Amino acid sequence: MKILAKWLTILVLLTSTSANAALDIVITEGVDAARPIAVMPFVWKGTDAAPQQISDVVTSDLARSGTFSPLDARSLPQANISTVKEFNATGWEQTASDALLVGSITPYGTNQYLVSFDLIDLVKAQLQTGQGPTPASDLLLESRETVISEAQFRQYGHRISDIVYEKLTGIRGAFLSRVAYVVVKQGEKSPYHLMISDYDGYNEQMLLRSPEPLMSPAWSPDGRRLAYVSFENRRAEIFVQDIYTQERVKVSSHQGINGAPSFSPDGKKLAVTLSKDGQPEIYIIDIATKALKRVTNHYAIDTEASWTPDGESLIFTSERGGRPQIYQVKLSTGKISRVTFEGEWNLGGTITPDGRSMIFVNRTNGKYNIARMDLKTRFMEVLTSTQLDESPSIAPNGTMVIYGTTYRGKQVLAAVSMDGRFKARLPAGQGEVKSPAWSPFL
Amino acid sequence: MNLNKLFKAMLVVVPVMALGACSTTSESETDASGSTSGSTTTTTGGEYGSGGVETGGAAPILTPEEQQRVEQEELRAQNIIYFDFDRSEVQSENAAIIQAHGNYLVEHPNVRVLIEGHADERGTPEYNIALGERRAKAIAKYLQGMGVQASQMSVVSYGEEKPLDFSRSESGFAKNRRGVLVY
Repeated sequence: MKILAKWLTILVLLTSTSANAALDIVITEGVDAARPIAVMPFVWKGTDAAPQQISDVVTSDLARSGTFSPLDARSLPQANISTVKEFNATGWEQTASDALLVGSITPYGTNQYLVSFDLIDLVKAQLQTGQGPTPASDLLLESRETVISEAQFRQYGHRISDIVYEKLTGIRGAFLSRVAYVVVKQGEKSPYHLMISDYDGYNEQMLLRSPEPLMSPAWSPDGRRLAYVSFENRRAEIFVQDIYTQERVKVSSHQGINGAPSFSPDGKKLAVTLSKDGQPEIYIIDIATKALKRVTNHYAIDTEASWTPDGESLIFTSERGGRPQIYQVKLSTGKISRVTFEGEWNLGGTITPDGRSMIFVNRTNGKYNIARMDLKTRFMEVLTSTQLDESPSIAPNGTMVIYGTTYRGKQVLAAVSMDGRFKARLPAGQGEVKSPAWSPFL
Repeated sequence: MNLNKLFKAMLVVVPVMALGACSTTSESETDASGSTSGSTTTTTGGEYGSGGVETGGAAPILTPEEQQRVEQEELRAQNIIYFDFDRSEVQSENAAIIQAHGNYLVEHPNVRVLIEGHADERGTPEYNIALGERRAKAIAKYLQGMGVQASQMSVVSYGEEKPLDFSRSESGFAKNRRGVLVY
């Protein structure tokens, strides 16, 4: 019953905020494991109609993080408060939440608003109710105020979410990030669309539309450029496009495969797969000079390279052992070592930002799922139970993986937390959605 | 796009030619057996002719080479070669189709063919691009072995990006694991 209530809360909260999102969210698992958090609607201090509600963005962000489960605002012991001064610890003893976020929005000149918020430590408040009143400032985990324009409401909501998340977990929030993905609308003259949106599906923008396939979007470390593969000239070619100026540069158009681009951590190079010399091999392209350096040399398939966070090695998929498995090559020495041994196939690997784990596609008993492996202990855990999983991409703070999967015969995006406990589907309005790429911190 | 249309037109024309060839062959066989059908036809023609002149004629007899050409055209009408899961070897049951294309390309050194490689939706898109290319190259290698010039062939892999069947079932996967010869 308690679980059901939480479920309903989440559903209400999300449906009320996601009307304009290109990618909706359906949380399928993990609400029960999330920490309850109290977010009170921010109090509107104006006289005319209130602008959009900033706390809805925060509530949605915290629920989507998988770490928090926002409580129904109507069930909270106090209502309509906007600062810690108005907070009365008595009555909050029974609230199963570590923290309470309150705030206000005040008109501040033409199309400008003063947004202020207080993050209140409920644990401390609950501990001290028996010992007489506590000075309000002692309960403050965070307090800020900023002037924003109406266009910045969602962005600032994400900013507040980042602050709340970091205060309560010690991990930097990734709510100010984007996702790039490919949408295929069969039957249209140009069915292939390269899209970007905020991480939660809002502010969707089309970067490119083509009659021929688009593949493998990859972000530059500054979050400003995307590398991708386009078949617009009836062959695979790699382009880099500035997401603001729309300027596109063709960086690789050799005979055969030009695929799987991945930016180096310094943003100056791309690891790519080329088959110009026969078999698919890993190369590194210097983006400015177009100079090529060959990294692998084997008659088997070598592809889908990604950089280790230190930039010193590449992780890649190779069939050199007979079946696709993941290998690592140290760029200074060219020394290659095998990383995965468990399961029938392992492919499409990426190292997490902390360098401790690897996320990849694992095939066991003919099923393709997203898995994580601890690089020190080699312990592998399959995280998902969806169908035909592929293209995992890790959030910049390393807490979540977005990936492509199949649901009811359609390609959709899905997300899973790094521990596999939180699972969500991101249904899109139209067409098939695939190849998600999570941006760096913006 | 125009080439594509031309090819589709060929698909229609080839079976029609083949049918024509069959009927003529059987007609000539009946003629040879000395039935009366030949003279009946002549009489009918004579009634509508001028000056009461009657003409006779024989259906062309196909040489073994010509018959073979018809068969080859029928085979060439098939342009999809299917592959086993995660494999890129040309299966023996598909060899006749590729040979028909090979013979045609050897006889017509100015004709160029694009060989597309495709994969099913299992595995990663990147791996499937590599697999699709290996399939297309297996076909190209087979053709080259028959004497087709490398300059007549180009290869492109679409991996899992252009499935024929969207059912994501075993039979759907089987239809998507393919090489396609496009003229």
